[in-house]
This record gives sequence, structure tokens and C-alpha cells, in this order.
Amino acid sequence: MLRYSLKRLGSLLISLIVASLVIFACIEVVPGDPASFMLGINAQPDTIAALRDELGLNASIYERYVSWISGMLTGDLGTSYTYRSPVTEIVAERLVISLPLAIYALTLTVLVAFPVGVLAATRQGSKTDISVMGATQLGVAIPNFWFAMLMVLVFAINLRWFSAGGFPGWDAGFFAALKALTLPAIALALPQASILARVMRSSLLDTLSEDYIRTARAKGLSKRQALWRHALRNALIPVLTIIGLQFSFLLAGAIIIENVFFLPGLGRLVFQAISQRDLIVVESVVMLLVFAVIVVNFLVDLAYAWVDPRLRSHA
Amino acid sequence: MSLLSIQNLCLSIHGDPILKDVSIEIAPGEILGVIGESGSGKSLTAFSTMKLLPEGSETTGEISLNNRDVLTASEDELCQMRGRDLGMVFQEPMTALNPVQTIGAQVAETILIHENVSRSDAMRRAAETLERCELPQVQFPLTRYPHELSGGQRQRVVIAMAIALQPKLLIADEPTTALDVTTQAEILILLKRLVGEDDMGLMLISHDLAVVTGLADRIVIMRKGEVVEAGKAATLHQTMTHPYTKALFEASAHQPDRSEAQIDAPLLRVEGVSRDYTLPRKTLFGAPGMFRAVNDVSFQIRKGECLGLVGESGCGKSTLTRAILGLEPIQSGRITLAGSDVFTDEVARQKMQVVFQDPFGSFNPRHKVGRLVGEPFFRLGRKARNAEIDDALISVGLDVADKDKFIHEFSGGQRQRIAIARALITRPELIVLDEAVSALDVSVRAQILDLLVDLSARFGLTYLFITHDLTVVRAIADRILVMQGGKIIEEGDTDALFNAPGQAYTRALLAAAPSLPT
Repeated sequence: MLRYSLKRLGSLLISLIVASLVIFACIEVVPGDPASFMLGINAQPDTIAALRDELGLNASIYERYVSWISGMLTGDLGTSYTYRSPVTEIVAERLVISLPLAIYALTLTVLVAFPVGVLAATRQGSKTDISVMGATQLGVAIPNFWFAMLMVLVFAINLRWFSAGGFPGWDAGFFAALKALTLPAIALALPQASILARVMRSSLLDTLSEDYIRTARAKGLSKRQALWRHALRNALIPVLTIIGLQFSFLLAGAIIIENVFFLPGLGRLVFQAISQRDLIVVESVVMLLVFAVIVVNFLVDLAYAWVDPRLRSHA
Repeated sequence: MSLLSIQNLCLSIHGDPILKDVSIEIAPGEILGVIGESGSGKSLTAFSTMKLLPEGSETTGEISLNNRDVLTASEDELCQMRGRDLGMVFQEPMTALNPVQTIGAQVAETILIHENVSRSDAMRRAAETLERCELPQVQFPLTRYPHELSGGQRQRVVIAMAIALQPKLLIADEPTTALDVTTQAEILILLKRLVGEDDMGLMLISHDLAVVTGLADRIVIMRKGEVVEAGKAATLHQTMTHPYTKALFEASAHQPDRSEAQIDAPLLRVEGVSRDYTLPRKTLFGAPGMFRAVNDVSFQIRKGECLGLVGESGCGKSTLTRAILGLEPIQSGRITLAGSDVFTDEVARQKMQVVFQDPFGSFNPRHKVGRLVGEPFFRLGRKARNAEIDDALISVGLDVADKDKFIHEFSGGQRQRIAIARALITRPELIVLDEAVSALDVSVRAQILDLLVDLSARFGLTYLFITHDLTVVRAIADRILVMQGGKIIEEGDTDALFNAPGQAYTRALLAAAPSLPT
């Protein structure tokens, strides 16, 4: 297991290096000079040149890559071209919203999807199963921004249980902050929970028809015991894959929901930075997201090995 | 007094009658062989005894185990009986164990579920039970996972799970069908020993008369959900009265008439062929390991000959087959068919066709038979192609109208006929039969063997017949190659090799193969 983890860790580091090279190269080829963009169309060439110098844009590609990477390793992501403040600060401000929101949404997803998926699988073909399948179909089909607006209408405007948007900050108290994230988290979780419940159901149905479930029943286990002791852990393997993908998506892909609830999250930051040619912010946030995705995949790999002993020995 | 008594058992699933008036008795310490072809209801009889039946099943009649009625028992009572009073061993050891639990945990579970003992006690007893099943703790500690064991070893774990609580009745449903012949012999000896030690009753279900005859005290023959004959195992072949039993015995020992075979000059030459597989890298930058699956193999097949290639799983026979068909590159040596290299010469490929074991899996289920069979002739016009397809279907004993049907509409034997028709249509000289009759019932197998012999005489076909089944190869092959660990270790004419095997391994194979009394 240790060997397996170390090997996974090694491939994680290699992925990170490759990703940083790719991101850096992409940003290099994007048209548009940040200096001229910042100074506007009437700027004098010598002012632009001076600003380019100040921003370090005149150094060689190699020097810029090294200074970017070494800055990143020491927590210094440089200075934003448009905000004129350290990127680390800007990103950190956004991350304290986006990361908890993603974790919150994923927790809701798992809490809903697992029991619903198991319930539907154990009662395959029953009314419960049919209604679960119908409801999850709807959950996948409903656009989540529309669902978000509906929730704002019902819970914020009519019932006044929640505020319609914005974020008071974690200084306002843990529960106040959590409350502000609740509606966005539900809106994000709805389609994800629907997908995960369906995956859980079909994966569990597959495992329940396996030979070793029959063996377990022949030993004297009841249907329920066979499900909990033998089927569930085997059914988790495809489910873990989906959870990994969902977390990455929730972290970076919440931009529409962030807009609906007026949350200053990472998604909006990237969107603004791209439209303003604030390449250093784009670079840093994309690298951060890549880092998150790779780390999540690493954790999913570890979880696979925990679930399935075959992976440990094949390593 | 009998241990298990099944009286007039009828079973229907979703209204379809499956079992009709089945009556079976097993005494303590007795081994009852239940024999039948696929669809005869032998497995469902076993599952009825466990009352582990599919949804929509309805039963009438009576099954009493130790004077307790199984069919009227509640689900709770059944859970108590299963595993404690009756254990079951299944056909497919590769999938019968939970892949994510250790073998120790799985054997101990049988004990934990029925007895109020501590986990460590249960593990200790699991270790003892595995020792009884000849899996010594030194080599096979409780912490092993199923994927670390071979098929035979896994079957021993399944047996240990079934006998952990020394049940009064053990049901073994085709326990050795998926295993090699030498492993099969070991498992059968183990079962017999356990039955003797624990005075268990054993219901041994099999399609293979020879396997059961060697082990059972009494035999029941089933056909289409009915028991057609029952009798003492040792004398059944003399006392049998039902025509189906007679047909079954005949089919098992069927010998196609190969008197007309004309054997000519060499057709296929395999010279010094080796095939290496790359193993996954152990470290990221280390050199990958190599595994030599076929090691310096040379032989010839003469035109009109039927050459048998036998060996146990993993011996390299499938790899060699793929190389001969030109499907996988070889690392050294040369394979030629009628002088042309199979890897570079298109002509060689046209003259060579293959029939695989699984007649269902090797067809695209969405294509009609006509398209499946006629596929090699896509360049021919529709009319000419249809004529070829009709010819091929007729020559394997099928009807011209069959070309508009889908593959799922046929039985296993008919599907294998279609596979042969597909092979025949290019007028090949060599047909490679890779376990082509292994999945078939004995009576169907006999018909297919007759068909192969007939086609060989009519079209001058040459066969390479690859199988693990020695009975079949003895019936059809002129000459036999024995393969072990990637090498041909023995070669000889069929009769000579069976009568006087030269190598110890060949002798072990022949000794392990069950045979029918004559």
C-alpha cells in the first residue's frame, strides 16, 4: 500500500510539472499584450515599454517560467496587472468561498446520492425505484441556474429564510457564512446528486448480480447482509471516479451559480481576469485548479486502492 | 433414513414450467451425481434445495432436509439453514469469491453469521478449515486475497466456506468444469475425502458423465426438467433403460468415422517460433520484464490431417494459435502456410480460418446470419454473395432461410455450425478450432465432431484442433502435440501417445482425465 501511494505521489508530481509547462506555454501564445491593454489605446510606446519592463514581460521565456514557478513555491504569485495587488491575496479571498462551497455541495451530493441510490437498487422495478429514476432524470435535466433562481424566489424572497445572494465573510460567524452558502450549494448539488445516485444505483445492481453475492447468500447471509457486507464496497469503485470528477467541476465550474448568488468566487475571478487580459491571475488560478484536480485524483487513486486490493498488488 | 428428500418438486418461473415432478433422495455420507445437459434443470434443482431461486419462481412438492421442509420455511429459517445445514460450491471459482475481502474473512464469515463466537475464534477456525481443504497456512495465510490464488486454489476456498460448519449436505454445482484436468482430479479427491470425514451427503452436479461416474455412489440423469433415469453409478452403464441415458453414454464416447482421411504433404510449417510478452514495468524508468509464452516451437501439419494440440490453461496454446493466424507478431521463427508466410502474405490468410470456443461471443449480435457468414465476400455482388452464403449454410446442415435470422435465435450447437460456415466460406485449407466444442453439451458435441469429419472428407480440410479435453482430442485427432510451459514436450500419433505416453507430464494428464467405465 505504501509503495502504491509513493508511486501515485511520483506520478502526481510529474503531472504537476507537465501541467505548469502547458499552462505557461498557452498563456505565452495568447494574443494581446497586457501592458498595452492596461494603458489603453492612446498610450505612448515608451510608456508601454516601461510598464512591460516593470511587469517583467521583457525577460526571456525561460527566466519568466522559473520566476513564476519559484514564486509559486514560496507563495508569491506575482502582482495582478489590473488590480495592482498581490495575486496570492486575490486568489485567497476567492478560495475561502469557492473551496468551502465545493466541499459543501459535494457533501450534500454524497449524503443524498448514496441512500437514494441504494434504496433504488434494492427495490429495483418498484414504485420507489421508478420515482427515484424519474426524479434524478429531472435533476439532471433542470438547468441549475434556473433552479437557483427558483430557490431564491421561494426561500429568499417569499419565505425570507435566506438572503438572496452575497457573502458576509467568515468573520460574520461560521453559521452565518454557511447559511449564505446553503442555497448555492443546493443548486450545485442537485444535478451532481442526481448523476451520482444513478451511478450508485446501476453500479450496485451490477454487483448484486455477481456470483459472490450468490455465494454470500448460500453461506446464510440475508439479502440485506449480503448488500452491506459484499455488494456496497465493490459498487463504490465507479462511484469514486464520478465523485473525483464532480469535485473538480464544483471547484472551478460554479461560475453561473456564483453569478446568480453574487458570490465573489474563483469562477468569476477567472472570467474577469480573462476578459481583462490579466494573464498572471489567469495563470495562477488555472494552475491552482490543475493542482486541485490532480490532488483530488491522487486521493481518488488512494481510495481505489483502499477499496480494491487488486490495485495494491498490481502497482 | 434419507438426509435430503425431494418429492415431486415442480418449479415454474414466470409461469414457464422448468422442473416437473423431480424426486431425489440422498442419504448421509452418500454421493449423488446429477447429470444433464444445459437446460435440463439440474442447477435449478440445487438452487431449489437452497431456496435461492430467481424472482417469479413458484414451487410445489416437498423438499425436506433432515426432516425440515425447505419450501415452506420462512426466509429467516432459511438463512439459518444455509451455510450451517447445507453448503454449496459453485461452477466458477474465479467469480464466486468477493474480490475485495481476504479469504480468511470470507471463510470466517460463514462461522460468524451462524455462531456467537469472537472474530479471532472464527479466524482460527477458518485457518483450520482451509488447512482441511489443503491450503496450508504457511503458503496461504488468511490475509490472502482471491486474485492472488489460482482457479483451483480459489475453488478450495469456496469449498472451505461451504464446509466450515460441517454441514450435513454439500451441493456442488459443476465444481470442476472451469478447471484444468489435473486440478479437477485434485478437487474431486478433496470432495470425496471431506464427504467421508464428515459423513456429509454430496449432490454433485455435472454435465460430464465421466467425472460423476468415477466419484458418485448413485446417479440421476435429468432431461428437460425431469428425472429420466436413476441407478447405481458403478452399474448404470449396464442397467440403463431410458433411450436418453443410452444416447448420453454413446455421445460421451462418440468416435467419428475418420477412415477416409487422405494425408498428404505438409501444409502448415511452424519453425522455431517464440512469442514474448512485455510485462508491466516494475519501476517508472526500469526496463519492462519479458515473459516467453511460446518458446521455440516447431511442428508441421500435413494436408488433410487433424492435429490435436493439448495443454492446460497458461501453457501457451492460445498464444501459439494467434501467432499461426498471423494476428500477433512473433519474436523469432517462421510460420508458413503452403509456402507463404502468414505475416506478410495475404494469400496465407485467405487459406486459413478459425472457429472459437464461445459461439455467441464471437458474433456481432446486431448482424443477421447472412451478413456474419458472408462478411469475407463484401466485394462480391449481392447475388454471387448470396449463393456463397447459401452453399456454406447448407454444407454445415443449416437452412438457407436461416440467413435472415439473428444469432440469438439459435442454440449453442447451431451457433457453432454458423461459426464453421463462416470459416468455410472462403474455401480455406486449414481451419483452426480453438476449444471449438468445449462449451457444447455432449450430444451436440458428437454432432459437431461428425460434421467436422464429414467436411474434412468433402473439402479436403486440414484441422488444428486445440483443446484441454483429452476425450475429444482422442476421438478426432490423427496426431497430438502436448504443450507445457510454452514448449511442445511430446508429439506422436494419437493411439501411440494415449497407449504409451513418453513424458511424465503427459502421463499425469492422461491419468487425471476421468474416463467412462466400459
